Amino acid sequence: MFAGKLKQVFVIAAVGFFCASTMAALAQTSAQPGAISGDVVRIGVLTDMSGVYTDLAGKGSVEAVKMAVEDFGGKVLGKPIEVIFADHQNKADIGANKAREWFDTGGVDMINDLNNSGVALAVAAIAKEKKRHIIVNGSSNVGITNQMCSPYAVHYAYDAYSLAQGTGQTTVEQGGDTWFFLTVDFAFGLGLEQQVSDIVRAAKGRVVGAARHPLGTTDYSSYILQAQASKAKIVGIASTGSDATNAIKAAKEFGLTKNQRLAALLLWINDVHALGLSTAEGLLLTNAWYWDMSDESRAFSKRYFDRVGSMPNMSQAGDYSSTLHYLRAVQAAGTDDPDAVSAKIRELPISDMFTKKGYIRVDGRMIHDMYLWEIKSPAESKYPWDYLKLVKTIPGEQAFMPLDKSTCYLVKKP
Amino acid sequence: MPEIFGIPLQAFTGQLMLGIVNGSFYAVLALGLAVIFGLLKIVNFAHGAFFMVGAFGALMLERYLGIGYWPALLIIPVLTGCIGILVEITLLRRLYGLDPIYGLLLTFGVALLLEGSFRVGFGSSGQPYSTPPILRGSTDLSFMVLPNYRMWVVAASLIACLATWLVIEKTKLGSYLRAATERPDLTQAFGIKVPLIITLTYGAGVALAAVAGVLAAPILHVSSSMGSNLVIIVFAIVVIGGLGSIFGSVVAGLALGLIEGLTKVYYSEASATVIFLCMALVLLLRPAGLFGREER
Repeated sequence: MFAGKLKQVFVIAAVGFFCASTMAALAQTSAQPGAISGDVVRIGVLTDMSGVYTDLAGKGSVEAVKMAVEDFGGKVLGKPIEVIFADHQNKADIGANKAREWFDTGGVDMINDLNNSGVALAVAAIAKEKKRHIIVNGSSNVGITNQMCSPYAVHYAYDAYSLAQGTGQTTVEQGGDTWFFLTVDFAFGLGLEQQVSDIVRAAKGRVVGAARHPLGTTDYSSYILQAQASKAKIVGIASTGSDATNAIKAAKEFGLTKNQRLAALLLWINDVHALGLSTAEGLLLTNAWYWDMSDESRAFSKRYFDRVGSMPNMSQAGDYSSTLHYLRAVQAAGTDDPDAVSAKIRELPISDMFTKKGYIRVDGRMIHDMYLWEIKSPAESKYPWDYLKLVKTIPGEQAFMPLDKSTCYLVKKP
Repeated sequence: MPEIFGIPLQAFTGQLMLGIVNGSFYAVLALGLAVIFGLLKIVNFAHGAFFMVGAFGALMLERYLGIGYWPALLIIPVLTGCIGILVEITLLRRLYGLDPIYGLLLTFGVALLLEGSFRVGFGSSGQPYSTPPILRGSTDLSFMVLPNYRMWVVAASLIACLATWLVIEKTKLGSYLRAATERPDLTQAFGIKVPLIITLTYGAGVALAAVAGVLAAPILHVSSSMGSNLVIIVFAIVVIGGLGSIFGSVVAGLALGLIEGLTKVYYSEASATVIFLCMALVLLLRPAGLFGREER
C-alpha cells in the first residue's frame, strides 16, 4: 500500500519535471526571430527603492520608464509592454539574485536604471551569461563597458570617465594640481577616484592622499580634518547623494573652503536642491542633461514633476530615453530576440529630449555630449529648481573613453 | 609644525576635539539607555529610532509651524517622551516578567516601524536643518576651526547628563527610582507606585534620546536611518560602561568618543571597529563592564 503511494508520487514528480522542462524548452524556442517571447515585452527597473540613493533613482526612475512606455503607446509589435520594479538595497548579491530570477523565470527582457556601481557590475555579469539586455543609467563604473562588456549591456547616461573629463579636467586646468580625495568605499567611489587621479597625473599634478568612508556616512568632520591636514589645493569628493551633500556641508562648517577648493565629482540636481543654493553656489558639476536645457526637456520635466514631485535628474531622463530606444530597437528588429535587438540598439541613432545626436558604440557605451555646469547663486535663481548655468559643452567623442583604450573584448584592435 | 608621534599637532588635537563632540552624543544616548535598562531591564532597541524622531520633530516644527530650534529643544523631548510613555503603556508593559529577548524584539520592531514610516514620509536622503543663527559661524582655535554649534553640543550634552544625574541622586523622585531599581517589590510595599515610576522612567529615557536628536539635527542631515547608524555604537558603550550604570555610561560615552577620534588619527580604517574591540576587551576582563556590578 505504502510502496504503491510512493510509486505514485515518483510518477507524478517525473511527469511534472518532464512537463516543466518541455515548457522551458518551448519558452526558449518562442524567442525565435519574428516573435515576442511570452507575448509581452517586460521591462524590469532594478534600483534603490529605500536606501541612500533612492531620491536619485527609486520611484522617479520607475515613473520615467513608465512614461516612456506610455509615450511609445503601451504596445510594441502588437504586444503589450509591462514595467515591473524591485529594490536592490544597494547590495550586489541581492541585485544579482533578482536579475537572475527575472531573466530565468520572470520573463524580463530588459533591466533598466541599475544605480549603484556594485550592483550594476554584478548584474552585467548575469546579463552576459543569460544573454538578456541591461541598460545602466544610474551608475558610473567604467567596468560596464570594459571588463564586463557584452552585446547585451548598454551604459547610457554618463560614466566615471566623462565625469572626470568634466569637473576633474576643468579643475586641473584652473590650476588645481594637488588633490586629496574623500571617497565612498565601493566600486563607484574607487572607480571615480581612479579616473580623476589619471587626469591629475597626466597633467603632472599630484594626488597626496585619500580618506575612504563607508556608504551612508553622516558625520564627515574627521575626514574633513584629514583633508585639511593634507594641504592639497583641491579636495575631490568622490561620492554622491547624501554622502556628497553631507561632506560639502561639513567642509564649509570647518572652514576648509577658506584655504582649499572643493571639487564635487558627481552631483545631481537633487543634491543641489538638498544643499540649497547658498551652500552649493559656485560648485561645478558635470551632468549629461538638465531639465531646463531645451523646450523638449522642460515639457518632459513638467510631466515628470506632476507625477513624482521633484525634477528629473540626468539618470532618470536617461531611463526614459533609453527605454524608448530599446522599444524602437525591438520594433525595428521585429522581435525581442536579444541578439537581433542588440544589433538594432547599436545601429539606430538616438535623437530625443535627452540628446540630439546620440549613438551606441560596439562596447555598449552611448556617446552623447556632456555638459559642465556651475551652480547659480541664490540671486541668479529666478524660479523653483532654477539651479544651473552652462559653463561648457564637452563633445561626446571627447567626453567618453576612446575605443582604443577600451578593454572590451568586442572591440577589434588593429 | 610640532608633531605628536609623527602626526601634526593640528590634526591630533582636531580629532580629539571631534572625539569629545561625538562622545557627548554617545553619552546622552547611552545615559537614556542605561536608565531604561536599570529599571525596566529592557534593552531598548528603539532608542536610535527615538533619536531620529527627535531630529524629525525639530524639522517638522520648523517646516510646518515655523517654530525654531530653541523652543524645539524643549517641546520635542516632551512630545517624544509622551510617545515613549504611550509605547510603554500599550506595548512594553505586557512583556514584564518574560524573557528579556521579547522586550528586545518588540523595541526592535518599534524601531523598524518608526524608521519605515519616516522613510515613506520624507524619503531617504538627508533633510537639511539649519543651525540657529546665534550659533552659526566657527571659532578659530588656532589648531583647528571649530564650528560654534559643536561647542554648544558639548555644553548642552554635559548639562543634560548632569541634570539627569542630579535628579536621580539628589531628589525624592530619584530616590524612589533607585529604590525601585534595587527592590521593586519592597518599594511597592511602601506604597510607592512602581508601575508609574517605570512608565515615567521610560518616557524620560526616550526624552533624552530626543534631546540628542534635536542637538544632532543641524550637524547630521535629518534622515530616517540616522538613529540606526548610531544605536549599535551606543549599545557597545553601555556594555562597556556597565549595563544600567548611569555614571559608567556617561564616562564610557566620552571616553569612547575620544578613543574613536584618536584611532582616526593613527589608523582611520579601524575607527569603526575600535569601539567593539574595546567592548570585547572589557567583557573579557570585567564582564560586568567598567562601572557595573556583578549580579548577585
